[in-house]
Amino acid sequence: MPSATLLGQALISGVLAGGMYGLLALGLSLSWGLLRLVNLSHFALAFLAAYLTYELGTTYHVAPWWSVLLIVPSMFVIGLAQHWIFVRFKVNELGSLLITFSFAVMLEVGIQLYWTADYRRFETHYATWSLKAGPFYIPVLELILCLVAGVLAWGTWLWLRKTYVGKALRASAEDADIAAAYGVDHRKLAYLLSGVGAAYAGVAGTFIALIATLAPAQIWAWLGVVFAVVIIGRLGNPLGALAAGMLIGASESIAMAILSPAWAPVVSFSVLIAILLWDPEWS
Amino acid sequence: MRERMGSWRRRHVLAGLLGSTAVLAAPAILRAAPSGKPVRVGGTLSLTGFLAQTAVIHKIASEIMVEDINSRDGFLGRPVEYVLLDDQSKPDVARSLYEKLITVDKVDLIQGPYATAPILAAMGVAQRYGKVIIQSSMGIPKLQTYDMAFPATPFGPEPDKTYPNVILDAMASLPTPPKSMVILTSKFPSAQFMAQGMKVEAEKRGVKVPLYLEYEAGNRDFGAIAARVKEANADFLWVGSLGLESNQILEALRKLDYTPKGSFHLYPAPGPLALSPDGNLAWSSTFLEPDEPFMSRPGVAKIAAAYKERATKANLPYPLIDAQAAGMVSEWQILEQGVNGAKSLEDKQIAAFLKKNVVNTIYGPLKFDGLYNHGAPAQLIRQVQNKEWKVVWPKEFAAPGVKLLP
Repeated sequence: MPSATLLGQALISGVLAGGMYGLLALGLSLSWGLLRLVNLSHFALAFLAAYLTYELGTTYHVAPWWSVLLIVPSMFVIGLAQHWIFVRFKVNELGSLLITFSFAVMLEVGIQLYWTADYRRFETHYATWSLKAGPFYIPVLELILCLVAGVLAWGTWLWLRKTYVGKALRASAEDADIAAAYGVDHRKLAYLLSGVGAAYAGVAGTFIALIATLAPAQIWAWLGVVFAVVIIGRLGNPLGALAAGMLIGASESIAMAILSPAWAPVVSFSVLIAILLWDPEWS
Repeated sequence: MRERMGSWRRRHVLAGLLGSTAVLAAPAILRAAPSGKPVRVGGTLSLTGFLAQTAVIHKIASEIMVEDINSRDGFLGRPVEYVLLDDQSKPDVARSLYEKLITVDKVDLIQGPYATAPILAAMGVAQRYGKVIIQSSMGIPKLQTYDMAFPATPFGPEPDKTYPNVILDAMASLPTPPKSMVILTSKFPSAQFMAQGMKVEAEKRGVKVPLYLEYEAGNRDFGAIAARVKEANADFLWVGSLGLESNQILEALRKLDYTPKGSFHLYPAPGPLALSPDGNLAWSSTFLEPDEPFMSRPGVAKIAAAYKERATKANLPYPLIDAQAAGMVSEWQILEQGVNGAKSLEDKQIAAFLKKNVVNTIYGPLKFDGLYNHGAPAQLIRQVQNKEWKVVWPKEFAAPGVKLLP
């Protein structure tokens, strides 16, 4: 039987790892839930941001907290450009899957051409910093990631609930024609939301550069689990995405501690199936 | 008389000069560029997909070797052309592409792809068409059951039994030999195969294995795994890792303020582990490093220099030749000697020649007369010392002044 210390440490690791799932799921959940566009290229954008963070950090010695100021606006612009394509070619939900998949493949090839297929690691002296709380260790970078994900999720939730723009977005997602009758310009709001989603990919990418290994094929490594997180957290629900990310992260980690690490992927999808069957009324 | 002597001397000096020139020029004339219809050698590498970081190493090594072979006599006096396709790291794609290379492109010969699964896929096609296939990275030799498949890397027929004992011998030579070992491995087939062998052999020799864990290839978070390794607190950590997994595991352990007393890493990304502060004194498997005695083998220094130049140009983070690149070099050396030795492009004759003869490769002389066409094993141990990999075990392969550090 695993000790309480092992279980506690696994829980901490899992919740913090879930922060990354939640952060990646945030932009995807917004575009899927409120724009009805399934953006597979979200992962590729996050990795592009990660590679840019790596490049700025290793070649130009720019600290990630400065590079994020350049990367996030750039991603916002890419999000706008991407949405222009969706509008220009009248892309629907299914079509968005194909187009964004193609876009992701193109980005993967581009990344491989420039940075090669070799593994890249952004080594920093603070990558292994930890805080000690009793018998437990809390990795600092992952903790910051979780806090940032929490702030973004709360901020987005408040934005959608309390502001006119947010309410208009939700109304458009509910019924675009009725919303338009009340003067909501759905097209402009959709551009804004698409930009925000891509900007969140930029934030996630900066953290990916700091805590993960970079290789072009890794773009697809997060796809399954993040989709599960988006579905569990309910489409268009930022707090749900974060909570679901932490739930999946914690479940995987506890499975690694009690059973075998090889069971972790099974656990995340088992949670997804269980929740889909249970169909709880949270939103 | 004096004039005649002078004239005689001049004639002899001239004759001597002409003769010397002819002798010096002869190898160049004999080495005239190969000509005629190219011999087309087809193969795939995982140029994209999750194995791509290794394929780029193999591609560079192949390019060097094809140029090198063509700078001599090619294959039977004909130039060699390498027809390379991308199998996307997928065995099913590899199978289709080998089918295409043989039936549509009608290549004369084939070379093996990278990694066990694509090799197995390609081997099935090679067997169906009776082609010789030489591969350098099938980590599970017992799966190589086709009699015209040849290994270019000296794993030996049973590396799951032989190599763990090399590691255990090295451990036993330490001032305080480890008595317990945590085994942590990717479920990638060749890593898992070696990990299971390590567990069996360690227990046979009285080294306890309090924890044996397998994780999925591509595992993202090592936090919980690190917590289990820390709790087990064994004398030694054996990791069946691929790529940067070793760095991730050691980092995850450091976040828990734990440093293993000693660690071995099966197939790590060599550069990142050597340069990481966590990688100091880490052990890993190898067959060759750019150091003595390997660099004294014929032609190795030249190949190593060419590899360094091209790998640097290709922006590879670790541009030094090691067992990965050497495997592909060895593949081409075996094929060249097989074709030229058999004096034929017929696969059966090439296979017959290889089975009967010793072939000189970057790994030294290789034989294919054992189980699964393997010869003797030659897997070594290297250790990170001052951010460089040094071969440390067996002792006779360590460079002068280099030894295994506790």
